[in-house]
Amino acid sequence: MTQFASSHGSPSPDDAVDTRPVILEMENITKKIGGRTILHDVSLAVRQGELKVLIGPSGAGKSTFLQCVNLLIAPDAGNIILKGEKVEPHHKPSLYALRQQVGMIFQDFNLFDHLTAQENVAIALRKVRGFSKREASLRAMAELERVGLSRRAGLYPAELSGGQKQRVAIARALAMDPQVILLDEPTSALDPELVGEVLAVIRELASNGMTMIMATHQMEFARALATEIIFMEQGRIIERGSPDALLAPGAGTRTADFCSKLLAEECGC
Amino acid sequence: MLGFTDPSVLWDRVLPALNQGLGMTVLLVVPSAILGFFGGIVVGALRVYGPAWCQRITNIYVAVFRGVPLLLQLYFIYFALPKWGIYFSAYQAAITGFILCSAAYHSEYVRGALLSIRQGQTKAAQALGFTQWQTVRSIIVPQALRLALPGCGNEVIYLVKYSSLAYTLTFIELTGQAKELAARTFSYIEIYLAAGLYYLVLTTLAAWILRRLERKLAIPGFGHPH
Amino acid sequence: MLESIETVISALPFLGQGALVTIGTVVLAMLGGFVLGVPLAVGQVYGPMPLRQFVRLYVWFFRGVPILVLLFLFYFGLAFQLELDISPFAASCIVLGCTSAAYQSQIFRGSINAIAQGQLRAAYALGMSTPMAIGAIILPQALRLAIPGWTNEYSILLKDSALVSVLGTMELMSRTKAIATSTTEYTAFYLAAAGLYFIITFAGVRALRALEARVRIPGYTPM
Repeated sequence: MTQFASSHGSPSPDDAVDTRPVILEMENITKKIGGRTILHDVSLAVRQGELKVLIGPSGAGKSTFLQCVNLLIAPDAGNIILKGEKVEPHHKPSLYALRQQVGMIFQDFNLFDHLTAQENVAIALRKVRGFSKREASLRAMAELERVGLSRRAGLYPAELSGGQKQRVAIARALAMDPQVILLDEPTSALDPELVGEVLAVIRELASNGMTMIMATHQMEFARALATEIIFMEQGRIIERGSPDALLAPGAGTRTADFCSKLLAEECGC
Repeated sequence: MLGFTDPSVLWDRVLPALNQGLGMTVLLVVPSAILGFFGGIVVGALRVYGPAWCQRITNIYVAVFRGVPLLLQLYFIYFALPKWGIYFSAYQAAITGFILCSAAYHSEYVRGALLSIRQGQTKAAQALGFTQWQTVRSIIVPQALRLALPGCGNEVIYLVKYSSLAYTLTFIELTGQAKELAARTFSYIEIYLAAGLYYLVLTTLAAWILRRLERKLAIPGFGHPH
Repeated sequence: MLESIETVISALPFLGQGALVTIGTVVLAMLGGFVLGVPLAVGQVYGPMPLRQFVRLYVWFFRGVPILVLLFLFYFGLAFQLELDISPFAASCIVLGCTSAAYQSQIFRGSINAIAQGQLRAAYALGMSTPMAIGAIILPQALRLAIPGWTNEYSILLKDSALVSVLGTMELMSRTKAIATSTTEYTAFYLAAAGLYFIITFAGVRALRALEARVRIPGYTPM
């Protein structure tokens, strides 16, 4: 870690000590797959309303880390603490409760292909939260409204554009009333012209105070909205700090370096 | 009643009879599999490359033999054809039925394989100066055989099992032997289980050979659509 | 020639009843194979190791032994040796159902495996348990994908059902054989039976195609 590290994750030096409660804490997460260490002692605490942005080259372990957070991948070591309570990975009710409270958005959407947009949002409400069919579809409709897709409610995933699919996926996660949303490169499978509509929805969520951890390569977005940027490489956190600090002109950080490489790739020079 | 508690009975009566039946089953399967496969190649090729009338006839042939129960085909050959002056022994009738039926199934796999070879490859071969025959021999056949192999191999495994139908024409092969033994000894379960094991050995062996052959002929990345 | 046709026409009701028995056998065997085949497939894909081994053994046995041998084993073994009260019809349905379950389980296993991994991950991410995710997300998709394979299995099972005639079940094949032998009009009756088998195959395939179209998901093509 560098001198930019900030254990409180406060957005800027002007702020007073952050008093918002920590919602989710990952402590010393380690994961080996096939003898290779994918995550090495990664820790992260998220306060209510924060947007933590994970960046780094592919293979850095961002996606594995996010999937460890809601235990889609079981870490080999480390703790996950949700609202002060340690999650027991092998205790099923505790596991399911964690996943209900931590929503996830995937790079490739993973909408349920046999259900309409509305049913996609409603199904977990019915099966997991025990809503009646009517309650679930009303709630689903409201969530679709929120992402601007109420008119597409009856369409199947294969009938939606990539951007629309991702917005349905966001609505599906929101319907569970999550405490935190994890976003695993939500725009990288999208055609460039569709990225904007998805980022707009995420921006809206951020401004409404949704707590989020997001892996992304959208540096402009990160610079504008991140509470803290976490730069990962080879399964470790290399740098962390506020966007202003990490990306300031002449900061000389790995983050800034990586960012300029991304920009160079984008403009093809 | 005859139990299997006495091992001498097992060795003296049951196994020799089943072994003899096994021999007959092999006599049914081997020629049927070989001729059925070559018949299938010819029919499959005709269905793809033949003149229109030829395609029509072979398509009807395949539809009939795939659409009607094999037992019915065997009965037709053995019981109805003599009325038309065509006589077969039980063995000949069984073999004829097996060959005609499995050729129809083989031709499906051959046809599918031929159709899935991309047109561009024949064009490329011609552009390199291949003759028609050279194209077929060195470009089409090596690919088509690999593509058709799993289906055709399964067809042979099916044939091993369906060879048991020959018993209904009074040709005493493995199933027929088991039936006679069982009727004489009343040890139905033991004897049919033993016969079942004989078939399991045959089908497992055939499946194992097929897998080895597939692996031996495998070309990286070839034959897996998507 | 004309006489043969008249004989066949007068025997049509007799054959038609046999056709109904055939259809009944096939429908029961298909349903039995479905009810047994789905858990076998789910067990083979998601189950613990011993269950997977059991399914493999089951499939190996029922796919490796001829149906004739199984029919004799179950009917004579159960009815004569164990002296259970079982009719040839029941034994036929059991054998064809168990065999079909072996084949159907492999159709369903294939279609379960064809579903993208992400579907299950997304279900877990929403807090679903494994049985819930299999029931609400995986199977509804997998069963749709399985319909073409199921159609194929239907036409195979229909043809295999002719084999139950060896137990004396009065279905289409055994009726055909009996009346062909007694009238010696072999050609005419075997052709008539072939025609009936064609019609039953065709009708069933049409019905399953209609089902496939009915449950089709707009725009969806499996990966």
